[in-house]
Amino acid sequence: MKNEGETAQRPDNTAFTQQRLPAWQPILSAGIVIPGFLVIGLAFIGIGVGLFLTSQTIQVLEMDYTGVATDSSCFRCSMTSSQNCTCEITFSLDKLFTGPVFFYYGLSNYYQNFRKYGVSLDYYQLSGDTQYFTSPQSVCSPYSYDNQNRPIVPCGAIANSMFNDTFELYQIINGTKNLVPLDGKGIAWWTDYNIKYRNPSFVNGSLANAFAGTVKPINWPKPAYDLDSTDPNNNGFLNQDFLVWMRRAALPQFRKLYRRITEGNYAAGLPAGNYSMTVHYNYPVLTFDGRKKVVFSNVSWMGGRNDFLGIAYLVVGSLCVVMSIIMLIVYAKFKFSDDDA
Amino acid sequence: MLAAERDLRVEQQKSLRVKWVWNDMTGFDPPHQSDTRTVYIANKFPQNGHYVPQRFADNRIISSKYTIWNFVPKNLFEQFRRIANFYFLIIFLVQLMIDTPTSPITSGLPLFFVITVTAIKQGYEDWLRHKADNEVNGAPVFVVRSGSLVQTRSKNIRVGDIVRVAKDETFPADLVLLSSDRAEGTCHITTASLDGETNLKTHYAVPETAVSQSVSRLESLQAVVECQQPEADLYRFVGRITVTQHGEEIVRPLGPENLLLRGARLKNTKEIFGVAVYTGMESKMALNYKCKSQKRSAVEKSMNTFLIIYLGILLFEAILSTILKYAWQAEDKWNEPFYNQKTDQERNSSQILKFISDFLAFLVLYNFIIPISLYVTVELQKFLGSFFIGWDLDLYHEESDQKAQVNTSDLNEELGQVEYVFTDKTGTLTENEMQFRECSINGVKYQEINGKLVPEGLTEDTPDGSLPCLSREEELFLKAVSLCHTVQISYDHPDAAADPFSHANGFSAQMEYYASSPDEKALVEATKRMGVTFMGSHGEIMEIKKFGKAEKYKLLHVLEFDANRRRMSVILQTPSGQKVLFTKGAESAILPYTKSGEIDKTRVHVDEFALKGLRTLVVACRHFSADEYRDVDRRLHEARTALQQREERLVEVFNFIERDLELLGATGVEDKLQDKVQETIEALRLAGIKVWVLTGDKHETAVSVSLSCGHFHRTMNILELVQQKSDNECAEQLRRLARRIKEDHVIQHGLVVDGASLSLALREHEKLFMEVCKNCSAVLCCRMAPLQKAKVVRLLKTSPEKPITLAIGDGANDVSMIQEAHVGIGIMGKEGRQAVRNSDYAIARFKFLAKLLLVHGHFYYIRIATLVQYFFYKNVCFITPQFLYQFFCLFSQQTLYDSVYLTLYNICFTSLPILVYSLFEQLVHPHVLQSKPALYRDISKNSLLSFKTFLYWTVLGFCHAFVFFFGSYILMGEDTTLMGNGQILRANRQLMFGNWTFGTLVFTVMVITVTLKLALETHFWTWMNHFVTWGSIAFYFIFSLFYGGIIWPFLHTQDMYFVFVQLLSSGSAWFAIIIIIITCLFPDVIKKVFYRHLQPTSTQKSQFIEAYQGIGCVDSMCCFSEGQNACSRLGRLVERLMGRCDPARTPRSWHDSDTFFSNDRSILTLSPMEVSHC
Repeated sequence: MKNEGETAQRPDNTAFTQQRLPAWQPILSAGIVIPGFLVIGLAFIGIGVGLFLTSQTIQVLEMDYTGVATDSSCFRCSMTSSQNCTCEITFSLDKLFTGPVFFYYGLSNYYQNFRKYGVSLDYYQLSGDTQYFTSPQSVCSPYSYDNQNRPIVPCGAIANSMFNDTFELYQIINGTKNLVPLDGKGIAWWTDYNIKYRNPSFVNGSLANAFAGTVKPINWPKPAYDLDSTDPNNNGFLNQDFLVWMRRAALPQFRKLYRRITEGNYAAGLPAGNYSMTVHYNYPVLTFDGRKKVVFSNVSWMGGRNDFLGIAYLVVGSLCVVMSIIMLIVYAKFKFSDDDA
Repeated sequence: MLAAERDLRVEQQKSLRVKWVWNDMTGFDPPHQSDTRTVYIANKFPQNGHYVPQRFADNRIISSKYTIWNFVPKNLFEQFRRIANFYFLIIFLVQLMIDTPTSPITSGLPLFFVITVTAIKQGYEDWLRHKADNEVNGAPVFVVRSGSLVQTRSKNIRVGDIVRVAKDETFPADLVLLSSDRAEGTCHITTASLDGETNLKTHYAVPETAVSQSVSRLESLQAVVECQQPEADLYRFVGRITVTQHGEEIVRPLGPENLLLRGARLKNTKEIFGVAVYTGMESKMALNYKCKSQKRSAVEKSMNTFLIIYLGILLFEAILSTILKYAWQAEDKWNEPFYNQKTDQERNSSQILKFISDFLAFLVLYNFIIPISLYVTVELQKFLGSFFIGWDLDLYHEESDQKAQVNTSDLNEELGQVEYVFTDKTGTLTENEMQFRECSINGVKYQEINGKLVPEGLTEDTPDGSLPCLSREEELFLKAVSLCHTVQISYDHPDAAADPFSHANGFSAQMEYYASSPDEKALVEATKRMGVTFMGSHGEIMEIKKFGKAEKYKLLHVLEFDANRRRMSVILQTPSGQKVLFTKGAESAILPYTKSGEIDKTRVHVDEFALKGLRTLVVACRHFSADEYRDVDRRLHEARTALQQREERLVEVFNFIERDLELLGATGVEDKLQDKVQETIEALRLAGIKVWVLTGDKHETAVSVSLSCGHFHRTMNILELVQQKSDNECAEQLRRLARRIKEDHVIQHGLVVDGASLSLALREHEKLFMEVCKNCSAVLCCRMAPLQKAKVVRLLKTSPEKPITLAIGDGANDVSMIQEAHVGIGIMGKEGRQAVRNSDYAIARFKFLAKLLLVHGHFYYIRIATLVQYFFYKNVCFITPQFLYQFFCLFSQQTLYDSVYLTLYNICFTSLPILVYSLFEQLVHPHVLQSKPALYRDISKNSLLSFKTFLYWTVLGFCHAFVFFFGSYILMGEDTTLMGNGQILRANRQLMFGNWTFGTLVFTVMVITVTLKLALETHFWTWMNHFVTWGSIAFYFIFSLFYGGIIWPFLHTQDMYFVFVQLLSSGSAWFAIIIIIITCLFPDVIKKVFYRHLQPTSTQKSQFIEAYQGIGCVDSMCCFSEGQNACSRLGRLVERLMGRCDPARTPRSWHDSDTFFSNDRSILTLSPMEVSHC
């Protein structure tokens, strides 16, 4: 063995094997942390102020129209189980509601995030695969077939429970009702509309034929291919309202975008004045203690109104500054005796 | 060759058939279970029909665990025996069976990954073993069959085959030597690969077979070997050979000196013939393959405790969720609102079944809180991390070309937890390089000066320059020393001299002695210097040269050394025909049997030698009359040929022979201390480690070595518990000692115990003894038997505090202690490799222990402790939001994160940074750790895995999880506030998010925070840390973009399609991510800063030193050659600028941190360290 060289076993003398790799060895000492905190704190306070002010400029108008209170205009509708009940809500704006105005409907105590509910859809149907029209996936049950065992398209709980109240907004100018045009385009995700959801290919030039042999979801007043009679491109699975509904909300209290007000005289916003909103009240929520509301809001670059983000930045920023001051005091007082140990 | 084999097989089959018949007829036990085996040489079975052949194993060595066929089932079985794997298997099966929120893939894939990685590793290791086995089994060997020498494969050797082995070949099976090319039938072998003893050993053939030196003569040999059934002891073999010559049966005893062990190598002998007696897995080498007992480290134990706690949390969360779910569902409007009706099947299924399946579903939902990849990562970390020990140049011993060796990587971190070190003395603290110093002859003390024996009191310049004239006593003494041993001689050029034992071409210069005991070698070399040269032994003749005059002695018997008798003897016939016995051994083993000579004076001298730290041996002789010798010879022959109880009978005979001795004198041999033993022991002590020396040496020798190596020092009050004869006496002495310790608690105490007193103390007064021991800063146990060493270790190990123990030793006598201790360390020394093989780590020198413990142990401990804590933390962070989300989704088991994220979180997104951290982290520079052993105390008692720290990490995890979840929750509002700039390319169209976007927001925040939290913990940022830390975050983003950017054809739902892009397109989401991360980490930073400044640990203090001083200034014992470079100069410059270069400073800090040992200062002149400070 000795003949093979005296140091055959000698380990390599490299930085890696000897654990001598060059390394940055930061120490979280007061000297670094105090100025660091100060800088971060001040920056956060700055951001916080900006965010808070931005958030403050956003106007929000919320109106509950569930009709729980007996004196509310929609009480009547909430009591009856009859369809096509209409009620009217009036409100007035004392200053311009700057546009573009977003028009939401809101539901609370509504669990779109229930697991069984969430999986109750057939993606293959929704991507236009007609094979699955006749035999929906089992996850859709009990919303796969109707009583006569005909397949439901689109199947599943989500589709079946689609929100079906509709609203019309009027500005009252000198006693006459002036319809405010609502823009229902582009309220769903672009990718949902253009890629993820697909209508079945037309049969004999008509979408309706593609749905032959299927029935509409039980709760729907109209079949999928006839959701929007005014716009043929807004039908089937590519109906904007349908797409909005299919994107499940994360929490039991949520809003969903209904329309935007971007057109005509109202492109700059809703001018001050009196308004009236006609609600076609269809959707039952009182059975599960739910509430319905409409919300008008405008948005900034950071989204809807959210004071919390600005406040959070302000609080954390101030804490940083305060802590750096405290540390400075401690540092000065105790001289950090061990600093030179 | 083939024909011969076929014949053999036919023959065997025939005999098998015979055996069956026999068994059927009589119902006897198979012969294999008898106490002896009968081997017919060359398989010449007796011709009469009554013979029942025994069945023996073939010569195949199988060290592999698996075959191709059983690998998959066996390996899977082994793997699922681990609790964690089994747990995940159960979860996986639950997911397969019932309707659960996540797909089985989420737990199946990680499990598959873990199992595969482990299986590949084990399969590879087994493949290597197969390869090695095949090589061994397929090696060509020569076997005598059908009257000729045939070449065959090693695996084909059968018991009874005559095997030819040529020079420098290894023996393919355990062989009984039949003949060699030498007329007297001896051969030389080395057993280095078996027990590491490098000396040449002579093995003998019985004279009746020794003449059969050729194949043809072997063919005519008629002999039967009867021997014991195989056993593992390498040094025990009992058998006899019956040779039939001319119709006459001659019986000869066989012992270990006739047996050539598989694995040993033939040396200095052209060829030998031997008959295989033990083959394959029955050979002694194979029987010594041992499955090492599994040692588990303290970290692993706490890890398992934590796992159980987490299992508790998991069960609690699952049960709570299930109960709340049913509380909620009591009301129909929540249970089944109009928009979410149940199927009939769901409505009608049994309540209990639903309850159980809900519970299981929650279990599945939260199961990730038990970190699946923890075990894999820990194993990987240990496996990869342990390379650093072998790679360390500081643990490399240049002279012997040996680097540190890791036999098990499971205990790396245990090196950082050691509280007690038990060390052997000889060969561990000392070099085991003996040097003759003094002797006592007939009551006169002599010293060796310039190769001459000089009586004490005389100066060197004795007038005679020529031949010194020796007195009769001196001569006899020297002869005794030069004849009573088992030393071999080897010549430097054995090839040049065809027969090393022909003295044709002179000697002396090229002559080298080989001995199994370094003492013997030192003694023989010493007598050579003094004029009585041992020339070697050939056959039964031992030749010495007394001042050039050859004398030949006939060696009649050797009474071998054994540890119980502690002496060995030879019986010789002097040239004048007298029979004389020479004995040498420990003084306690010889003096009681002496009846003449200067007994008292010698005893005094022996004690004096011992006080100087010399190893002592006493030499005596006995002259036999012719009658006496006949008696002795007969008794010896009887005992040696006995098949039953041979050992006991031999001991009896030996004791009969070795009495009525005439004392000749005593020798004192010095064993040099190893390099830097004192510094190492001191460093260990400063590190808070108690060092116990356990030795077989004499009390006085042990104490003096202890003093010279700094284990005891002059300021210590040395207590003694020696020579206790009775129980009561021992108890009384113990109580006295305990009182003295209490009275005198200022100064340090050292305790000396001897083996006999120890066994008394341990028998009845264990508690009292422990009490005394714990208050002593140094304990020395002398006269210890190997098993006693292990007992002491076990005593400490099982004491109430359960300290972590480390045993270090080099010899076979340390093996039991090495196996007993939590960590066993072998020294690659001169006493063979048995200790090394049984150890967990092996190092070349004792001094390396300091770096192994203080640096490597410290690093490994910190790394693995942080690894374990971090794993639990990150999984709490991971799963708690999931749990919280249940409160907002009616406990419907809706997952917050997508399945792919659930699966990849532990495998991809957060795995690498912690692995790299746990491989490279260095809290303090190694030099600092080594030069300030007190830092070791910072991590003692498993402090980083204490319940407090565990609680801190867990609570931190929960807090972070709350911030992630509720931060996102509030910011999300009613799903309008954080709105994605939904429509690509068209500004100002704010859209709502949906549940997947919400989950992705939480997940994004989590991945970044968890990664940054580790970044905060990291103190040593190599490029790899940077790469994996920032790389992990980047990978998460890139992966998410990719994953969300494609409609995946094989997925049922496209939940994540464009979700991530949508999230990132919102400005406020970015602001939210930033604020949540900062909110999580901010308190942690504050806590760190305050702790560091107001309550710094000494480790943190030394980080400052390091930062301000530069490395070169804090020099250490083992300095890299690059240690002194520009950096030290720069460091000094900086210090001078800052006014910091105060010479007293660094030593002061080291004392300050050790007020504990303030009275150690007298010996704190650890020169290399203090002198080199700036």
